[in-house]
Amino acid sequence: MEAIDPGVFNLIIFVLAIFVGYYVVWSVTPALHTPLMSVTNAISSVIIVGALIAAGAASGFATVLGFIAVILAAVNIFGGFAVTQRMLAMFKKRG
Amino acid sequence: MSMNLAAIGYLVAAVCFILALRGLSHPATSQAGLRYGMGGMALAIVVSLMVLPDPSFLAYLLIIVGLAAGGTVGYVIAKKIEMTAMPQLIAGFHSLVGLAAVLVAAAAFLNPVDFGLVKADGSIKLLSLFEMGLGTIIGAITFTGSIIAFGKLQAKLPPAIESRLGALKGPVTKAMSSKPIMLPHRHVLNVAIAVVTLLLLAAFVSGESGFAFFLMTLLAFALGVLLIIPIGGADMPVVISMLNSYSGWAAAGIGFTLQNPMLIITGALVGSSGAILSYIMCKAMNRSFISVILGGFGETGAVAADDGDKTVKAGSAEDASFIMENAQSVIIVPGYGMAVAQAQHAVRELYDVLTNKGVEVRFAIHPVAGRMPGHMNVLLAEANIPYDVVFEMEDINSDFQQADVAYVIGANDITNPAAKNDPQSPIFGMPVLDVDKAKAVFFVKRSMAAGYAGIENTLFYTPNTMMLFGDAKKMTEEIVKAIE
Repeated sequence: MEAIDPGVFNLIIFVLAIFVGYYVVWSVTPALHTPLMSVTNAISSVIIVGALIAAGAASGFATVLGFIAVILAAVNIFGGFAVTQRMLAMFKKRG
Repeated sequence: MSMNLAAIGYLVAAVCFILALRGLSHPATSQAGLRYGMGGMALAIVVSLMVLPDPSFLAYLLIIVGLAAGGTVGYVIAKKIEMTAMPQLIAGFHSLVGLAAVLVAAAAFLNPVDFGLVKADGSIKLLSLFEMGLGTIIGAITFTGSIIAFGKLQAKLPPAIESRLGALKGPVTKAMSSKPIMLPHRHVLNVAIAVVTLLLLAAFVSGESGFAFFLMTLLAFALGVLLIIPIGGADMPVVISMLNSYSGWAAAGIGFTLQNPMLIITGALVGSSGAILSYIMCKAMNRSFISVILGGFGETGAVAADDGDKTVKAGSAEDASFIMENAQSVIIVPGYGMAVAQAQHAVRELYDVLTNKGVEVRFAIHPVAGRMPGHMNVLLAEANIPYDVVFEMEDINSDFQQADVAYVIGANDITNPAAKNDPQSPIFGMPVLDVDKAKAVFFVKRSMAAGYAGIENTLFYTPNTMMLFGDAKKMTEEIVKAIE
């Protein structure tokens, strides 16, 4: 039997993760939908791992692109988490 | 660090991200969840720094400078931003994710060796090219689309930027206006651009052509603009959720390119999150996703209402305060106008004085109140209103019948009874708050103008409604003063 291509494994992971996302997000309370958007924004900036590869290699223009991408993703990561934290700290119970 | 160990590290990070979203199921667990999210991100960055293919000292220095510069900017913005400006901020952040995705894909194309994408003969794997191209297209649409959405939400550009636009000022301010822009034959145009973009993607994959990649990216940028300009201000909650979703799919596309399961998982989480929010928003407006995307809502013009003998009862702050302080139960219905008038703190004072008088005060939130999902909840929380007196529509709608007073501040279409009983109304079928069932309704409004949907609110003419004409903040402050 031939081996399964890694691309297929990635597809499997992708589909399963969509299901995880579906069930987890439906359980989020509507009151926290704005923090949900800002935190998903922050974690989607994990594409910084790609930017780091590009910025870390010495290859001219690609390095420059990677460097810019690191900056952009860093704005999102720090900004996204900080603003989410600020919002969540505001939600208080009565009394 | 071995690649297997790195993969385990990435797996832990992905699980942390899932826990971060899971924590948002309740305000009490949300902050612990967020710490998982931050931890996961830190882990992901550390792991990827440890597995960089032969990095130099200079490379590390460059990365640290980039992280520090971007991080500082992001942190400062996050600390300074007004809560009312949250929708714009989120749209702006989405655009950055989109652009970063495009840049990473371009870098991977220019330097496939370090990304581990080359076959034995030195060419890039076909599948990698396809994934790279797809990630670029989605990222590019997210980038320009989010910029337009940002402009529509911001409504006004900073003067420093505006003065530098020169000849472009006219078109740019127009594109960013909250009014939908309807280009002639826009559907044909959009489909044509989409088809050409996909053909260029095919050319890019088959020929590894940098030129095709470049053109394809440019067209995707154009498509992002064209997709968002016809959508009006009232549909912004859907647009912003949709762009949230796109930024996730773009990240997943990059994850496939980099063969990085953590990125794929994160992209899928974010993508489905945005998709679910879009669905919730569409459902709350009784619109199909397609009709929102096609745009133009709010442009059809005000529907000529039948001119019957309709009388409006207008009242003063004193009238309202007298009835409110003698009420047992008051439900406050906030909308976007409350955010515009910055009236949330005045509302908090109203909540305080009434509660002190023994009146039960609750808040009713419609899913599309405001310009983004959950917008009202954040504003009320900012004004220190406890979250356990703030209720979602489905949890409080049946309580309006027992309420003595409904105080509508800055909301309009979401309270319109025509959505329930007038099949001719453009918003017929949209779920609305049963404000009309309350014994008395106070409706704060600047004038008799129609809401964003351009529809007259029949609530104004019901006998138990009293209009309070004036600025939302001033009116609320006057009521507070009268009660005290």
